[in-house]
Amino acid sequence: MSAHPASTSSSASRALGVLSLGGLALLLGYALVWSPADVVQGDAVRIMYVHVPTAIVAFAACGITSLASAMWLRKRSEGWWVLGGAAAEVGLVFTGLCLVTGSIWGRPTWGTYWDWDPRITSTTLLFVLLVGYLALRQVDNERGDAAQRGMRGAVVGLLLVPNVAIVHYSVDWWRSLHQPATITRLDPTIEGTMLFTLVLGIAVFSVVYVWLLLHRFRVGWLEERAGDRGIDQALIDRRAEAGVGSGGSQ
Amino acid sequence: MSVVASALAMTHAGYVAAGWVIPLVVLGAYAVRTVRRGRSLANRVPPEDRRWS
Amino acid sequence: MFHDAALVAGKDLRVELRSKVTLQQVAPFAVLMLILFGVALDPDRGVLRRASSGLFWVAVLFCALLAIQRAFTIESADGGRDALRLSGLDPAGIFLGKAAAIAVQLIGLEIVLAAGVIVMYGTEVTGWPLLAATCAAATVGLAAAGTLYGVLAAGLRVRETLLPILLLPVLSPVLIGATKAFEAALGGAPADGWPWCGLLVIFALLYVAAGTLAFGPLLEES
Repeated sequence: MSAHPASTSSSASRALGVLSLGGLALLLGYALVWSPADVVQGDAVRIMYVHVPTAIVAFAACGITSLASAMWLRKRSEGWWVLGGAAAEVGLVFTGLCLVTGSIWGRPTWGTYWDWDPRITSTTLLFVLLVGYLALRQVDNERGDAAQRGMRGAVVGLLLVPNVAIVHYSVDWWRSLHQPATITRLDPTIEGTMLFTLVLGIAVFSVVYVWLLLHRFRVGWLEERAGDRGIDQALIDRRAEAGVGSGGSQ
Repeated sequence: MSVVASALAMTHAGYVAAGWVIPLVVLGAYAVRTVRRGRSLANRVPPEDRRWS
Repeated sequence: MFHDAALVAGKDLRVELRSKVTLQQVAPFAVLMLILFGVALDPDRGVLRRASSGLFWVAVLFCALLAIQRAFTIESADGGRDALRLSGLDPAGIFLGKAAAIAVQLIGLEIVLAAGVIVMYGTEVTGWPLLAATCAAATVGLAAAGTLYGVLAAGLRVRETLLPILLLPVLSPVLIGATKAFEAALGGAPADGWPWCGLLVIFALLYVAAGTLAFGPLLEES
């Protein structure tokens, strides 16, 4: 019917893609040029306009994974399983970027790439939690049962939000005993163009996340379909072999 | 330190550049990889399994 | 449920009494860890004594990993998990029983480690009530969370490498809380430590609840 090559795109994803690109261009303008430098941090604050959004998206991704896991436990449908993995994988990318941009920001402002700041520490633990979740999803047990794999993944996925919450709270409390009053990561009295740029950054990166999630979800969905077809095809081949081997006709 | 040097120091230009280039490149690369995976998978699967286009 | 728990706990502990794996392998591993810390950090500058709370609990964490792996290996060895599932025992009871057995073994290991730290690092022990309460709360939390994630990883060929990466981030609040509580007790300021002990209790309650609820569905499907 259509001449479009088969892909994971749709009119919705194309619209989101255009919105993402346009938004990113606008954000770059504000972040790098039109917003002022900070009084204390200088131009290093411009990194915040990408760092803070990646942090927010990373934690939101976590929430989506937990929600998808809860829904899988109720409905046992494949879509929720695929969504959990897709949200976590894209979330992992954003978590990694959060750590990297945070580290890059830290060098000119604190003089060091790593600091046992509560947020870096708990974000790093979030990173490992997501890696573990994704690794668990890949593994089949000896019998390769999809329902078992689903249950394991769902329990760990569901526990992601409570784990992140407890870790975040304990690390925060732990470090708050040591933290001298230095530059905080983002001045709470931020206002004007800087506030606008920050909010724009959050909005734009959220749209980017959703676009990536859409594609990654469809990829995951196709993988499940292709996997099923692979099994069906293998069964057909096996039966064909057996039919030939016994010398009989079907 | 001269005024120019200290002004330049506050721009932290290299760090700001890295702080933006790295995320954009990584996200771009991940996007390309995902879309390409999607295309190759979509070709192996009949249209009725692809309900979005 | 509690009756089934007692049955399972009794069975696991009897297996341990006969095979003596925890005694002969994990306890020496614990002592070895303390020695390695001593080798890695300068024994003469008081670093070991100052860091003894943290080092103690890191050693406990790694020993817990071994104990948990062991607790589930004994099941899969001879189709034990199928037998558990078909036995008609209440899954929540099975969870509590396995966790209790692990907790008992962990307490034993903690005693060994405590002796090691006192002797090798020269730690002076004060604030007994806080130390004891911390050990109790932390051990329950470790055993509960460990049993839950342990059963998840149990049937998998990659369990030895997957369990640590799944479980250790989850246990990091226990490490933080227990270390802070110990530091407060050993530093003569136990009032600072009791809130941390409270955190450990909350963690323990959360994971006992989670394990009790999730064990049934997990066992069914595995």
